[in-house]
Amino acid sequence: MATLKELSTRKDPLTGGHRACSGCGFPQIVRMVCLASKDPVVVVAATGCLEVTTTIFPYSAWTIPFVHNAFENAAATLSGIEAAYHALSKKGKISKKINFVAFGGDGGTYDIGLQSLSGAMERGHDLLYVCYNNQAYMNTGVQRSGATPLGANTTTEPAGKVKQGKMEKRKDLTEIMVAHDIPYVAQATVGFWADLTRKAEKAFSVTGPKFINVLQPCRLGWQYKPEETMAIGRLAAETCFWPLYEVENGKYKITYKPKDKKPAVDFLKKQDRFRHLFKPQNAGLLEDIQKEIDQRWEELLAKEEKV
Amino acid sequence: MPTAAKTGNEAMAEAMRQINPDVVAAYPITPATEVVMIFAQFVADGLVDTEYIPVESEHSAMSACLGAATTGARVMTSTSSQGLALMYEILPIASGLRLPIIMCDVNRALSAPINIHCDHSDTMAARDFGWLQLFSENAQEAYDNLLQAVRIAEDPRVLLPAMVTTDGFIISHGMEKMEMLEDAQVKEYVGEKKAPYSILDVDKPITIGALDLTDYYFEHKMPVNEAMKASKEVILEVGRDFGKRFGRPYEFFEKYKLDDAEVAIVALGSTCGTAKVAIDQLREQGIKAGMLKIRVFRPFPAEEIALALSKLKSIAVLDRSDSFNTQGGPVFTEVCSALYNSASRPKITNYIYGLGGRDINVSQIKGVFSDLLKVEKISIINYLGVRQ
Amino acid sequence: MNKLMGWKELPPCDQLGAKTAEAFETGDWRLGEKPVWHPDICIQCLICWISCPDSAVTVEGGKMTGFDYKHCKGCGICAHECPTKPKKSITMESEK
Repeated sequence: MATLKELSTRKDPLTGGHRACSGCGFPQIVRMVCLASKDPVVVVAATGCLEVTTTIFPYSAWTIPFVHNAFENAAATLSGIEAAYHALSKKGKISKKINFVAFGGDGGTYDIGLQSLSGAMERGHDLLYVCYNNQAYMNTGVQRSGATPLGANTTTEPAGKVKQGKMEKRKDLTEIMVAHDIPYVAQATVGFWADLTRKAEKAFSVTGPKFINVLQPCRLGWQYKPEETMAIGRLAAETCFWPLYEVENGKYKITYKPKDKKPAVDFLKKQDRFRHLFKPQNAGLLEDIQKEIDQRWEELLAKEEKV
Repeated sequence: MPTAAKTGNEAMAEAMRQINPDVVAAYPITPATEVVMIFAQFVADGLVDTEYIPVESEHSAMSACLGAATTGARVMTSTSSQGLALMYEILPIASGLRLPIIMCDVNRALSAPINIHCDHSDTMAARDFGWLQLFSENAQEAYDNLLQAVRIAEDPRVLLPAMVTTDGFIISHGMEKMEMLEDAQVKEYVGEKKAPYSILDVDKPITIGALDLTDYYFEHKMPVNEAMKASKEVILEVGRDFGKRFGRPYEFFEKYKLDDAEVAIVALGSTCGTAKVAIDQLREQGIKAGMLKIRVFRPFPAEEIALALSKLKSIAVLDRSDSFNTQGGPVFTEVCSALYNSASRPKITNYIYGLGGRDINVSQIKGVFSDLLKVEKISIINYLGVRQ
Repeated sequence: MNKLMGWKELPPCDQLGAKTAEAFETGDWRLGEKPVWHPDICIQCLICWISCPDSAVTVEGGKMTGFDYKHCKGCGICAHECPTKPKKSITMESEK
C-alpha cells in the first residue's frame, strides 16, 4: 500500500479555493480515493455538497476531468462514460488506462440515486462508486435521508415536543450492494485514512463494479467543533456505530476491530444532532441505538466467521 | 440504392445500424421498443461496433447517453411518451451542455389515461428543452431525417441534441416501400464525429456541468439560443446536400399544392399523408386546397412559415396534442405568433385531433377544408373526431 | 476574475477550466486563528496533509513545507490530528 509520502507526490485531485465548510470531511475522501489510483481518474459527481462547492462557475477546484449531470444519476452517467471509453478504446482512439469514480452523497445514493446505482452495479461496468455518507441531505440544510441513523435530529424529522428525531433505522446500503454480487464492497470512514486508501487501491485493482460507503462527519449537520471531523469519524468505528469492513467476491473481512468496543454514547454525546437523546425520558432510545449497533456488529462478526 | 419494405421502426433501426454509433443506451417502451430490440440483435450478431447499455430506466438512458457524449463519442437512443417524459429532467441538461445526442422519438400519447397510441403530446411537451425536433411523415422520412440529424446536430455551428419523430404505430409499425442507402454511403455521409473536447483527455482536464449562480446562468443560455438560430442555415444546407447526393432534398417544411392555394391546412407527421389524398380529391373538384407540412418544429422557422402562409385566405392548423391552455394546441400558437406581424395574414383556426391514436381520415380532413370555405363564422378552436 | 464575462466570452459548450478555483481565496474565512508549523519538531508524518479539507498543507518532494494561507480556512483539523508528542508541531495561534 502506498505511504502518505508516496501519495503526496501524486497529483492532488482538488485545489484549495472551493467553498466547502471549514472543517468539512468530503474533500479528504475525494483526495484519499483519487490519490490511491496510480492511473488517471475521471470523476462524475451527483448534485450535492461535493459538486456544488467545488464547481461554482467560473471556479473549479478539480484538477482532473469532472462531470456533473443531475442528482440521481451519477452511476448512470458514469456508466455512459465507461461504455464510451470501451467503444473508443476498441477503435484505437484511446490507449491509456483510466479509472472511473462516481461520488454521491447519501441522499443521491441511498434514496434518489438508488435505482441508477443498482442498475450500474448489475450491468457490471468497470467503475467505483463512492458514497460520501454524512447521513442527511446536508447541502440543502440537513434533511433526513435513508442513511440518517435512529434518533438523529434533522430538519425534516426534527426532535420536538412529541417526536424525538428519526424513528426509523438507517438503510443498510452496504449490504444491499453486497447482494448485487459485485467483486468489491467496503465500508470506511474518513477518520482512518490508511484503511480507506487501501480499500480504494484494492477497488482499483479489480475489474468490474465496486462500491465504498464512507462515513463523513459533517460539522454543520452533526454539530460539533470543526477540528474534530477526523476524530469523530474514528469514534464511529471505535463504537462499532460504523464498522469498517470489506466484502471481496462475497467473502467478509472486518478491517478494524476495536480492542475495547466503546459505548455508543461516546459517539453520540459529541454531536448536537443527538443532544435531545440525553434527556432522561429518552433513555429508552439510547438503549435502542446501542442494541441496534450491537446486533449489527454481531451479525457482521458472524458473516466473517462463516468463511 | 436498395429498395426495401420496412416499418418505421425497422427503417430507423437500419439507419442506426448504418450510422454505427459508439454508444447506445436505451430502455424499452411501446411503440419504440422494436427500434432497440432490432438494434440489440445487430449488436449480438456483430453487425455494429456499438457499446450497448441496456439501462434500467429512460432517465438512466438519457443520463448514460449524456455521459457517453462528453467523451466525444457518437451516441443514440430511442423512446416514446412516458419514457421521454422520464427523460425530461436530463433533456435540457443535454442541450445546455451542447451535446449532440440523437434520439428516435416515436410519438405516443402521454398518460393519463395510459395509452400506447399516437399523438404528439410527448414531443410537444419537450419543445422548450433546446432540442432540435424533426417530424417525419413516413418511414422514408424517418430514415432520411435520422441520417441528416447526425450531420446537423454534430455541426460545430450547432452542437445540439436532436429528436427525429415518427408517429407511433401508424408509421412505426406500418410497412412501406422505401429507398435505403448502401452501408458505405451512410458511413461516408456521417463520417467520424469531431467533438470540441473529450472528458477522457486526461492531459487536458476540464469540468463539465458546473453550478451557475445568478451572475452566470443567463449568459450560459445564450449560446443555446445562438446554436438554434445557426441550426436553421445548417438544416437547409444539409437538406439540400442530401438532395444532391441521394435525390431526396429536404427543407424546413413541404409545401403541398400550396403556392396557388386559397385555403390550406398546417399539419405534422403521418396525417400529412392522409391530407395529400384529401387535397388531391378537393383539387379535382376545383377547390384550391393546399397544405404546409412542417418538418422542422425546432427551431421553429417562423419567418419562412409566415411567408408561405401570409397570402392565403384562411388556414386551419391541425394539432395532434393539446396544450390545455384553452387557447389551442402548440402548433396553432406558434403559427399565429409567426403570422402576427405580417402585413397580410389569413384567418386561422385550430383543430385538435387524433389524441391517443384516434384515427383521422380523408373525409374528416375534407370536412376541415369545407369549414375553411364557409362564409359564416366558425369557432377558432375545434376538437375534431371526439365523441361529445 | 472580478470582471464578469459576457456570453460571447464564455468558454464554449459550458466548459470550465480545471484548477480555476485556486484564484478564489478562502483565507479570509479564518476566524482569527491560523495553524502555525513548528518544523524543528515535525516528524513529517504527512497526516496533516491528508486530513486538510482545503489542500492547504503544502508538500514538495514527499515533505510538508508549510501552509497555503490564501486558502486555509482555519478549521484546526491539522493541529488536532498532529501526532507529535509532547508538543504538537502544528498549533492554532491568534492572527491578530
